[in-house]
Amino acid sequence: MNDNGNPGIAETNKTEIAERTEAERITISSDTLLTVSSSPHIKGGETTSTIMAAVIISLVPSLVWAVYIFGLRALTLTLVSVVSCVFFEFAYQKIAKKRVTVGDLSAVVTGMLIAFNLPVSSPLWGPIIGSAFAIIIVKQLFGGIGKNIVNPAIAARVFMFLSFNFMSVFYDSGSYKFPAFKINLNIESLDIVAGATPLSIEFLKQGKLPDIDFFNMFLGWQKNGCIGEISVLLLVAGGIFLIWRKIISWHIPVSFIGAVALLTLLFPKGSDGLVFMTAELFSGGLFLGAIFMATDYATSPLTKNGKLIFGAGCGLITVFIRYFGAYPEGVSFAIMIMNLFVWYLDRLTRPVKFGGSAKNVGK
Amino acid sequence: MAKVQDTSISRLAKDGLFTNNTLFIQVLGACPALATTTSAVNGLGMGLSTASILVFSNLLISLLRNFIPKQIRIAAYIVVIAGFVSILEIFLKAYIPALDKSLGLFIPLITTNCIILARAESFASKNGPLRSVLDGVFAGAGFALALFLLASVREITGSGTFMGLRIFGDEFTLKVMISPAGAFITLGILTAVFKTLTGRFAGKNTEIKETRQEEKKDIKEKEGAEN
Repeated sequence: MNDNGNPGIAETNKTEIAERTEAERITISSDTLLTVSSSPHIKGGETTSTIMAAVIISLVPSLVWAVYIFGLRALTLTLVSVVSCVFFEFAYQKIAKKRVTVGDLSAVVTGMLIAFNLPVSSPLWGPIIGSAFAIIIVKQLFGGIGKNIVNPAIAARVFMFLSFNFMSVFYDSGSYKFPAFKINLNIESLDIVAGATPLSIEFLKQGKLPDIDFFNMFLGWQKNGCIGEISVLLLVAGGIFLIWRKIISWHIPVSFIGAVALLTLLFPKGSDGLVFMTAELFSGGLFLGAIFMATDYATSPLTKNGKLIFGAGCGLITVFIRYFGAYPEGVSFAIMIMNLFVWYLDRLTRPVKFGGSAKNVGK
Repeated sequence: MAKVQDTSISRLAKDGLFTNNTLFIQVLGACPALATTTSAVNGLGMGLSTASILVFSNLLISLLRNFIPKQIRIAAYIVVIAGFVSILEIFLKAYIPALDKSLGLFIPLITTNCIILARAESFASKNGPLRSVLDGVFAGAGFALALFLLASVREITGSGTFMGLRIFGDEFTLKVMISPAGAFITLGILTAVFKTLTGRFAGKNTEIKETRQEEKKDIKEKEGAEN
């Protein structure tokens, strides 16, 4: 930059410039100046829809496995849930005269996660009510994607769990395959029995271990539980895929699962801490929640430290509910409660800028 | 701020029922509104009880308004209100014991209901008895209407019944709607709907706009002060 303050024309003679008229100078400057714009200057290829597509891809193996274990009803429930989520988002945005953002695929992810949190014996209208609550009340009334304060799928699960009896009844399917198109399942007429999940009052709540091989549980042969939570192996594989694609970071899942592991190992309800810990880890929706639902961008902290505290808090509340609460499973309540602290965690862990003092942070 | 209050009957009616609805616009008396509206009968009972207290306390406070010293006026209002609440409680126990049982503690708690104190302080202590009674009638009716709406929505969705009559099967009910969480969700949605509708009916209702602009100004000033 030369003395005249005109960048890019340093090579021209100073006296020459002084002789030129104002108009000439402007034309020269505009020829040689670079375009000035605010950041970002380099844009990556990632958009909301590519991120959501990656999440969908990472969820597909678990869905395929659920169809293999439970029968085609797992697929129909997922499809009903996805279609109704997309429909409610489209309908709300049309009615409220907002820009239709169905193309960003976030409603599809919400739909899949709602279905993953249902027992396979759920009636087909179950996910429709859950989707309506998730999309209209939890997501759109708060301003749409990125502005919801709790994860829509988690909120829908809690809403249905507190409302419907079918949410907390599970069946040992054995080799039974659930019919795909029956709206309400008449359980008495089916060839299955209601079975308690390992987390229920009969087993882990009072420290008794269920008669299940935990390695099979990890692989996904337990045949008892919600659609999406049966195979821990496939959920972890999906999570590793997302971390490799840099869509989620490792902080929340690791601190969440780590906190549960540590607490159950140190304070087991039975005599053998290690076995009790494995049973607690592989039962219920811990991995599904920790990998796919606690890591939602809008409802998790931005900073690394914030994420670690968030995950540890989720783990702590989960164990507290599993140990002392009235409900068998605490993952969804834990995530929902911690979602409400995200704003505080972001302020608490705001990074100090270079040369600034830690005292001024958050003011 | 010191505007002369418009106390024509039509204005009182409009204010009490819609533009200044105690629950949906002023968000007063939210505690009984959230706690007692598990069924339409309860909601209506609570609304009418509160409304009747409001009418009588407004009348008496308006009559006494020139005798109550300014310094102890709140205490005096509370004594008047508590007197009427005791009468109502005894009346309900004698004639409608079922309602008294289901509302329980919330009947004596009407004494501390901020709607009644707010109307006494902002209206009855400044206006004649006739106007005060009318104000009590309309503000009370607005509250009763709001409670009835809230309770109806919660009973229909949460128990599948309306005024005790079954509408749809037990398996479709959203039990969360008769729990406290459902009360907050319903109140939020109904407030939004009510505000939109009253805004539309009133057309270019200036007061709502004014208060909104004042709110915005306040927020801006606060933000400015923080910075």
